[in-house]
Amino acid sequence: MNEQDSPTTGGEVTPTGEFGSGAVRLDQGHVVGDGGIPERFENPGFGPHIHRGTDLDEVAAKRAERIVGGLFLLSIVGTLAFVVAYFAIDKHSTVFIPGIGQTNALHTALGLSMAATLLGIGLGAVQWAKTLMPDEEEVEMRHPMRSADEDRSKFVEILGDGAESAHLTRRPLIKYTLGGALGLFAVPVVLPLIGGLGPLPEDDLSVSFWNGHKEEDGSYPNKPMRLMRDPQNTPIKASDVTIGSVFHVMPEGLLDLEHHILEEKAKAAVLLMRLDPDDIKSQKEKDWGHQGIVAYSKICTHVGCPVGLYEQQTHHLLCPCHQSTFDVTQDCKVIFGPAKRPLPQLPITVDDEGYLISKGPFKEAVGPSFWERGSA
Amino acid sequence: MSTETLPTGRPADQLRDGDKPAHAAPSAAARKAGGFAGWIDDRTSAAKPVNYLLRKVFPDHWSFMLGEIAMYSLIICLLTGALLTLWFIPSAGHTIYDGSYVPLRGQMMSEAYASTLNISFDVKGGLIIRQIHHWAALMFIVGLTVHMFRVFFTGAFRKPRELNWVLGTILALLAIVEGFAGYSLPDDLLSGTGIRAMEGFVQTAPVIGSYLAYAIFGGPFPGEMIIPRLYSAHVLLIPAILVGLFIAHITLVAVHKHTQFPGPGKTNDNVVGYRVMPVYAAKAGGFFFIVFGVIALISALFTINPIWAYGPYDPSPVTAGSQPDWYMGFADGALRLLPGWLEFSFLGFTLSLNIALGALVLLPLVYTVLGVYPFVERWITGDEREHHLLDRPRNNPTRTGIGMAAIVAYSVFMFAAGNDIIAIKLGMSINDITWAFRIGLFVLPPIAFWVTKRICLSLQRHDRELALHSRESGRIIRGADGSFHERHDALTDRERWILVQHEPVAPLQLTPEYDENGVARPAARKDRLRAKLSHWFFKDAVNPVTPAELAAAHHDGHHAEALEASDHDAIEQGADTDSTGLSSGSPVRD
Ligand code: HEM
Ligand code: FES
Repeated sequence: MNEQDSPTTGGEVTPTGEFGSGAVRLDQGHVVGDGGIPERFENPGFGPHIHRGTDLDEVAAKRAERIVGGLFLLSIVGTLAFVVAYFAIDKHSTVFIPGIGQTNALHTALGLSMAATLLGIGLGAVQWAKTLMPDEEEVEMRHPMRSADEDRSKFVEILGDGAESAHLTRRPLIKYTLGGALGLFAVPVVLPLIGGLGPLPEDDLSVSFWNGHKEEDGSYPNKPMRLMRDPQNTPIKASDVTIGSVFHVMPEGLLDLEHHILEEKAKAAVLLMRLDPDDIKSQKEKDWGHQGIVAYSKICTHVGCPVGLYEQQTHHLLCPCHQSTFDVTQDCKVIFGPAKRPLPQLPITVDDEGYLISKGPFKEAVGPSFWERGSA
Repeated sequence: MSTETLPTGRPADQLRDGDKPAHAAPSAAARKAGGFAGWIDDRTSAAKPVNYLLRKVFPDHWSFMLGEIAMYSLIICLLTGALLTLWFIPSAGHTIYDGSYVPLRGQMMSEAYASTLNISFDVKGGLIIRQIHHWAALMFIVGLTVHMFRVFFTGAFRKPRELNWVLGTILALLAIVEGFAGYSLPDDLLSGTGIRAMEGFVQTAPVIGSYLAYAIFGGPFPGEMIIPRLYSAHVLLIPAILVGLFIAHITLVAVHKHTQFPGPGKTNDNVVGYRVMPVYAAKAGGFFFIVFGVIALISALFTINPIWAYGPYDPSPVTAGSQPDWYMGFADGALRLLPGWLEFSFLGFTLSLNIALGALVLLPLVYTVLGVYPFVERWITGDEREHHLLDRPRNNPTRTGIGMAAIVAYSVFMFAAGNDIIAIKLGMSINDITWAFRIGLFVLPPIAFWVTKRICLSLQRHDRELALHSRESGRIIRGADGSFHERHDALTDRERWILVQHEPVAPLQLTPEYDENGVARPAARKDRLRAKLSHWFFKDAVNPVTPAELAAAHHDGHHAEALEASDHDAIEQGADTDSTGLSSGSPVRD
């Protein structure tokens, strides 16, 4: 492999840790040099240098010079074009580029001229290096990473001396108290960090806007709410929900919120569908619905994407993120994909005016699983 | 270094001789530069280290530019990112858009999203900066990944470079985190859905999940804290660590001196290449501009992440076909493959391994395995020496096989992230596709390992063939005795060298379980495992042709093919070159 690793005499070679030492793991059954034949090939050394055209021929060198100069010139032209485009082209004008389509003219012009600026410099420099700069390779020797033995022992010595002269070994009180102090000094930095990051979740993940506003004593009013179209924010008459249709629903009042609207939406979003009641296989699903109208959380029980693709024929709900598929005829149980739990159902009914209302909140936490979700 | 004495009178020689400052008096410009450098040196004594750096020799090979692509893409990201901070507003605060992108006018959105629209449509040249930033980020991760492949397959991670490999893995992991943070900042529907999923991941951490999620988001998802927090991570915290580690990485490359591919004149104790000044400086400096230019070109022509088409984030609208940036694909794919039954409930507690394994365990696991690989290989091979000559991948078939198996496993995960798209394109059921991926995950990597290893071994045998019998010319010659054989053109020593330069290998020997006194050694079990692994690593090894074998082959002249069957050593080393069809890959020994 190289001069150092080359011929070793004898069949037995043991691994050593030394730099550039003999080859290891030589197959002991290997051909051992006999009759003057070495065991390994010798590195034949460098071949003769082959000169480039530009080294031998001044005309070729001149041509190379012109190419390099031309590329640098291209860069200058690119920069000028960039400046002109920047001022001359309106930022909203568009241009048609074959194969790419209609795009913003300023953007394209700036990008292309910038590419010319940069590529001109880059290609010019590389061309220059390849054709005109010296191409004879040079050799530098390596040295083992390992420092000289005396430096290494010196290092240990210095450390030892330092500890010794600082009385570290003789005065254990200092040693242990310093250790303790250094071990603890991160606390004043880390504690405010941890303490200030965010509030504790408490029961937050297990309730939603459908529970109503939390009372002083921590209970929820759980009073019925109208189902509202999202985003129109209008109530939904049961008679408007035809078989096969699907509505995106928010609880009444949510869309009027000033603050935390996204936080509430992220838990309260609901899908409303109407099936032929005969298609529904789950009695609980029928009971919690109204004449085949059923409402389910739209937040995937996998990692929380909105489950919004509804296949009318099969009554399947599909999550676009990882393709979990929920069967609406079977209480939205998972029939395919990585989610485990069915989508939580929202119990609904109609009020006196025929509008759909909730009969109560979700009976379990919506969205992705978390450790204590079952204990809430 | 050139062994040949140069003919005189070549224009090139004149040019160079004339250029040498030793011969000519320094020009006025040079004196001026010298004066300035002198002023600096008087105050820093920088001359010596700078001279040293400028005279450093770097070997040349196209694959050594892969690390440079990563390096330059990182720099381009830093440059364009600094510009973007001038306009981007890292706030989830609500605002009503009134910019010049008509379809979204009057919509309620976060300031982050509105300011990204502003950069895209109302800041002149803002879109090209945004596009370059995103493309450079993708190029960065592609570059460092392929660079990592290069380092792996050539064995450049071996002693003394293990530390640099570890630094590299940390860089790679941070690059992904940095990419995710940046991708999430504009708060468009797609990136918001990504954050939503991330929140779901965090929530599934056993015991502390919900607390962790509330800590990261400063309360319930999405809240108004996550954008500013991701922002400070993206523009300050992670870049600072990235740049620091990267400088350490590059410093170690300089300290170790770059590895080189084997070849005539190249040894484990030298570096053959070009000096930094002027050749490498021109090539590497020029290459920076080329990388930058290519990214600018791509950015001008191909739109990446058109956030205006997605709309502002809202937890409720459907984001069909949502796909993260490619480097997140493998984790996304893992989530699609993990079956739901991996979620368990007991005593009112829920453990969602279907999510936690893919989202929380996989990424650190992959990078830990990567990071420890050099140490594992060193333990298996027992090789404690420094290596500065690279392996040709074929000459380490087991490592190359492991690498390919890993790439295949990674790819299965990554393509699984497109299972919906594949299902639509192929008109197949997504159920079947997912099952195919699940099975593929376990079946394909071993196949990749086996196939790769076989290919390496046959390439090695081909090398032996070439070294022994030179090139097959395809010309059939009739010998004096009337037999026919193919004519072989002789190789020169230098041509042959590349085929025979690598070391022969053999498994570690098992140290006896009982010492001389018949006492069992406590470490024997570990040693047995090690010897087994070592045997596995090196079995089937095809060792390089030795001078003796070459001599034998030449001695036997035209009958080499037939005679080789009786050449004990050639067979023992698994050289399947005999005409009797002896089975290939016979182990070196047990
Ligand atoms: C932030 C991303 C990275 C950058 C900017 C970077 C940059 C570089 C550069 C410029 C070189 C010298 C040129 C070359 O050999 O290609 C290098 C060498 C090296 N890199 Fe990286 N790299 C990165 C990530 C990685 C990763 C992910 C690994 C492996 C896990 C790695 C391992 C190494 C090793 C072992 C060397 C020495 C190679 C040799 O001397 O042959 N690097 N790196
Ligand atoms: S979030 Fe719905 S399948 Fe993953």
